[in-house]
Amino acid sequence: MLVINNLKTAIDGKNILKGISLEVKAGEVHAIMGPNGSGKSTLAAVLAGREFAEVTEGTVTYLGKDLLEMSPEDRSREGIFLGFQYPIEIPGVSMVNFMKTAVNEHRKHKGLEPLSASDFLKLMREKKELVEIDSKLANRSVNEGFSGGEKKKNEIFQMAMLEPKLAILDETDSGLDIDALKIVANGVNKLKRPDNSTIVITHYQRLLDYIVPDVVHVLYDGRIVKTAGKELALELEEKGYEWIRREVDMS
Amino acid sequence: MDQKRSGYVMNNQAERSERYLNFYKENIKRISENSSPYINSFREAAIEKFRELGIPTRRNESYRYTNLDTFFNHDFKSYFMPTGPDFVKAEEFRCDVTDLDAHGVVLLNGFYPTINDKLRELPGGIWIGSMTEASKKFSDKIEKHYGRYVNGNSDGLVHLNTAMASDGVFIWVPEGVVLKKPIQIVNLVQSDEDIFNQHRNLIIAEKNSDITLIICDHTLSPQKFLTNVVTEIFVGENAHFDIIRVQNEHNNAAKITHTFIHQERNSNASSNNITLHGGLVRNSTHHYLGGEGAQCHSYGLYLADKFQHIDNYVNVDHAFPNCTSNQLFKGVLDDMATGAFNGRIYVHKDAQGTMAYQKNNNILLTDDAKMDTKPQLEIYADDVKCSHGATVGQLDDNALFYLRSRGIDRRQARLMLMFGFAHEVIQNIKVEALQERMDNLVMQRLKGELSRCASCMVKCG
Repeated sequence: MLVINNLKTAIDGKNILKGISLEVKAGEVHAIMGPNGSGKSTLAAVLAGREFAEVTEGTVTYLGKDLLEMSPEDRSREGIFLGFQYPIEIPGVSMVNFMKTAVNEHRKHKGLEPLSASDFLKLMREKKELVEIDSKLANRSVNEGFSGGEKKKNEIFQMAMLEPKLAILDETDSGLDIDALKIVANGVNKLKRPDNSTIVITHYQRLLDYIVPDVVHVLYDGRIVKTAGKELALELEEKGYEWIRREVDMS
Repeated sequence: MDQKRSGYVMNNQAERSERYLNFYKENIKRISENSSPYINSFREAAIEKFRELGIPTRRNESYRYTNLDTFFNHDFKSYFMPTGPDFVKAEEFRCDVTDLDAHGVVLLNGFYPTINDKLRELPGGIWIGSMTEASKKFSDKIEKHYGRYVNGNSDGLVHLNTAMASDGVFIWVPEGVVLKKPIQIVNLVQSDEDIFNQHRNLIIAEKNSDITLIICDHTLSPQKFLTNVVTEIFVGENAHFDIIRVQNEHNNAAKITHTFIHQERNSNASSNNITLHGGLVRNSTHHYLGGEGAQCHSYGLYLADKFQHIDNYVNVDHAFPNCTSNQLFKGVLDDMATGAFNGRIYVHKDAQGTMAYQKNNNILLTDDAKMDTKPQLEIYADDVKCSHGATVGQLDDNALFYLRSRGIDRRQARLMLMFGFAHEVIQNIKVEALQERMDNLVMQRLKGELSRCASCMVKCG
């Protein structure tokens, strides 16, 4: 589904990602872990099409297409979803209008007619229940005045509405208490299908108790320094990032 | 300033005002003929005051960012005084209210058509009609209110209006009357010559009454127009009054409005100036909180492009204790458009317990667009809560990316952000049908689909 090959990026001339390669197959859940400043969020942003980082080398192929050539909106329409670490508040734009526009853009891309108002509201209702989001939130402006937890739930709600093929969740667990974390993880698990994939980016292991990864990568200083099964997350939790740092320094 | 230079300024000012003093001389007889003695009794003093103050220049603090020269130095063919055929023409604009259920009134070049009832009664004993006509029938009310709320104003154009305006709209809302349907005044400007016109409105909302007034400004022919209008509004004790002004004029038109809202105890008034289009627009809105517990809201939204210039001046006068005021003005400026906002809050020494807020936010879509914004707070009481904030910036890149990352293309995402920005002002319109209508007009304007006068809340034909 996604093949990243030797990806290098720079921000203001400073190298952030220093040659990342990984492959995500349909149906897989990958976790990317790493200490602060290792490049996790940059990777997520580059995959979603944020233009602040310059790609200096490497390729990203998504479903056989050159992902880096695509606009952010086309990436979304083709099935990529980024769950933001810090969802943006947009006063004056209602959640309903936002989601209706987004869903219909996706439908247009697939050659489908726009949803009728009643079908759209039905879809909203269904997905709201799925992620246990408060009904009232959907009537407000996008993320405006939402608590940290509500914002993260809102990300999962949007993901449910857009049914992506590849979801990239950037630090979805940060700022969540354990109950909110369970709800968010539960939402992700319910949306899981054999043909879609998820990349979970996290600093802590605890999210991975609820979203169980097939593969765990450790990102350190712009490089993937370790890749293994889900047991790697536990090992990391136990030994801390110091352990990785020492191993990298030794080699 | 040396003497030579100040002498030059004086001369220049006198020259600028000369044309208008001549209009006065040439037309005063006809103007006075149609007016009541009471209204005429103000004219002589007002023209003298105008002679002294002149047309405002950028040296005048409240006109610092607005250059009126291109309009006031223009050779307008005439001062507009209607003739019989004008009124026949005005009658041709039979306006059916489409979505908006309102009591409608149409003015042509500031004059009330003759063929319609010049004064008519609405439910609850409300009277609406021609100012000229009302000055005869309701002389007691005119004498109680006319000219009182502009008193002491230092803007020469207000005095020019007092000197020369004859007609306009008069509304009287009796004590305790609540009018559910809004009243809508449609101002049409049309002529085959370049004209200067002025009119004067007086609205009296007595104790415990509740009304909403919508004023729509339109131009119907492409000539160069200059309009200078004064509206005096009295809001009685415990009354509720909302005024919404929607401006949609062409690039060759200048609209200068002066609105004076005088509020009594525990009254609640709001003003909302929505400028969708116009060559030069200057709205000055004066709120006088003249009784304890009064509340006012002053809103504004301006969308400008090309070489348009839109200036909003707000003056909130906290004269009594425990009053609240709130200003919210927002603008989107494209191309070479320029804008100005000047929000003055004046808190008198005895106005303890005052709460006064002001916010002005602007989005510039190009490097050439320009906005000047200036808060002006004068506070002489101790127990006061005041805040003000102004921003001038671009569309938020993070928000833009957020929308695009959900599959919404760049153009649409920009539109949504601008619309959301503007909606913060529109959402304060309480009449739901009107709020929806305004949202649509704003969306059309932002998409560039709103050509001049193409969209009116009424369909004229």
